[in-house]
Amino acid sequence: MNVIDLKRMANQIRQDIITMLVPAKSGHPGGSLSAADILTVLYFQEMRIRPDEPHWEERDRFVLSKGHAAPVLYAALAEKGYFPKEELLGLRQTGRMLQGHPDMKGIPGVDMSTGSLGQGFSAANGMALAGKMDGKDYRVYALLGDGELAEGQVWEAAMAAAHFKLDNLTAILDVNGLQIDGTTDEVMSSAPLPDKWRAFGWHVIELDGHDIEALLKGFDEAHRVKGRPTILIAKTVKGKGVSFMENAVGWHGNAPNAEQAEQALKALREEAVQLG
Amino acid sequence: MAEKQATREAYGKALIALGAENPNIVVLDADLSKSTKTAEFAKTYPERFLNMGIAEQNMMGTAAGLATSGKIPFASTFAVFATGRAFEQIRNSIAYPKLNVKIAATHAGITVGEDGATHQAIEDVAIMRALPNMTVLVPADGVETRQAIFAAAKHQGPVYIRMGRLELPVLFDKNYHFEIGKANILRKGRDAAIVANGVMVAIAMEAAEALAQEGISVTVVNAASVKPFDRETLTLVAKEVKAVVTAEEHTVIGGLGSAVAEVLAEEWPLPLVRVGLQDTFGESGRPYELLEKYGLTKERLVEAVKQALSKAGS
Repeated sequence: MNVIDLKRMANQIRQDIITMLVPAKSGHPGGSLSAADILTVLYFQEMRIRPDEPHWEERDRFVLSKGHAAPVLYAALAEKGYFPKEELLGLRQTGRMLQGHPDMKGIPGVDMSTGSLGQGFSAANGMALAGKMDGKDYRVYALLGDGELAEGQVWEAAMAAAHFKLDNLTAILDVNGLQIDGTTDEVMSSAPLPDKWRAFGWHVIELDGHDIEALLKGFDEAHRVKGRPTILIAKTVKGKGVSFMENAVGWHGNAPNAEQAEQALKALREEAVQLG
Repeated sequence: MAEKQATREAYGKALIALGAENPNIVVLDADLSKSTKTAEFAKTYPERFLNMGIAEQNMMGTAAGLATSGKIPFASTFAVFATGRAFEQIRNSIAYPKLNVKIAATHAGITVGEDGATHQAIEDVAIMRALPNMTVLVPADGVETRQAIFAAAKHQGPVYIRMGRLELPVLFDKNYHFEIGKANILRKGRDAAIVANGVMVAIAMEAAEALAQEGISVTVVNAASVKPFDRETLTLVAKEVKAVVTAEEHTVIGGLGSAVAEVLAEEWPLPLVRVGLQDTFGESGRPYELLEKYGLTKERLVEAVKQALSKAGS
């Protein structure tokens, strides 16, 4: 996809997120919207995948370590054709496929069950290690949240990834600056982020997580780094694309009602028209 | 029974054989490979051994990731750290997605000895047994351990294997056949049954012999497969005796004693006495002295069988 198409897809994914959260009546819009551009670039440009063959052994893997952003993953998978888009409307409902947090057993395209913060990152390490052992050239991507960094397991995994020289692993840090109880600086400061990751032996790329071209370049650079893992520290806006959700702590874990959703979708549709 | 072997020792040897047979076997350890006996595998198959450092949570998560890509990881550390420190990683990253990870934990129970209570897992079976999708095995000697390790590797899904530090008498010969979900009747009697596993199986056999001298005839069941539990065999055995005693090197809450109590209550209610740690932690000491102090002995089992029979009114 070219950059304009990717922007259109990111807009569509944002619309999907809002649409699916209304019947769900719960879920996490803020951290899903902040990651929409990142997942768009991954699923529609960067990753080598076959939606009709979700368990293809040579596929690139994606782990949503910040599992509560499940809506953005589900939207990307549905748009990519892993399952029918109508499934999105069954999000979080009894007996339906789309669980509140990603479930690899029941959802085509989900490479790892996540939801308990810190855990997905370790699983991504395991996938990268398996690739190295088998001499396969697939790559592994893990998306982490900045609030998630308070989990000790993240740093165990960060240390191990550098120790095992996992240059087939790329982490993306969605730095939207907010978590449930407030800003990350108020709750548990993780600064200075680039220094921490460099000190753990990672190649660090800092970029704007909503800049499609910057993301494309960042992933390209990660491909060229040998002997150590790369992290894209992506500055983002929580709730990005929906004006009343942007930078608002309250939209971490609350679904919009029908009226709010219509307001959000109207603005997103207008944005889509502008994109042409 | 002069020959002795620690179950961890048998595990280390089984891994080498398994590694030769199956290239997908990968072993992870958390800086305890000399103690858990995975060091020999590390030497033989260095490209399939991952020392994860003192980081059990990441070890379990990494094992999960390896399993998603076709590996059969054996993750080893002491039972306390495997099931305690990394419990939620086992729950959410391994058991929930039913990934093919084998948690091979050593140094379970008070027979860890001198290191004391912080290192003596007495609740690990209860914790693992409560998890959906989890299989829980507690082998009694080196022969059964080897078979349990091979059976675990063949089984699709997570398995917890509980092993110890202490050298134990070898109970079984080459003809012994272990199967997940099956209990083994080692001795048949008419009066009472002792259902044991792990360290307590050899002691149960001694107790049965001592009781026979007194004219009390006892069935001994080895229930290495705590989950799935062999309800059928226990029910058949229960129907032929008047009382049951359980014997485990574990708290009586949630482990083998509870599994037996649950089956008896639902299938064939009988007087029951549960021998094990009575809701207490262990302490430092020599393994056999600790077994004595905490009532995990032949003498205590003899007494327990008599108590159970007296409750049965005979």
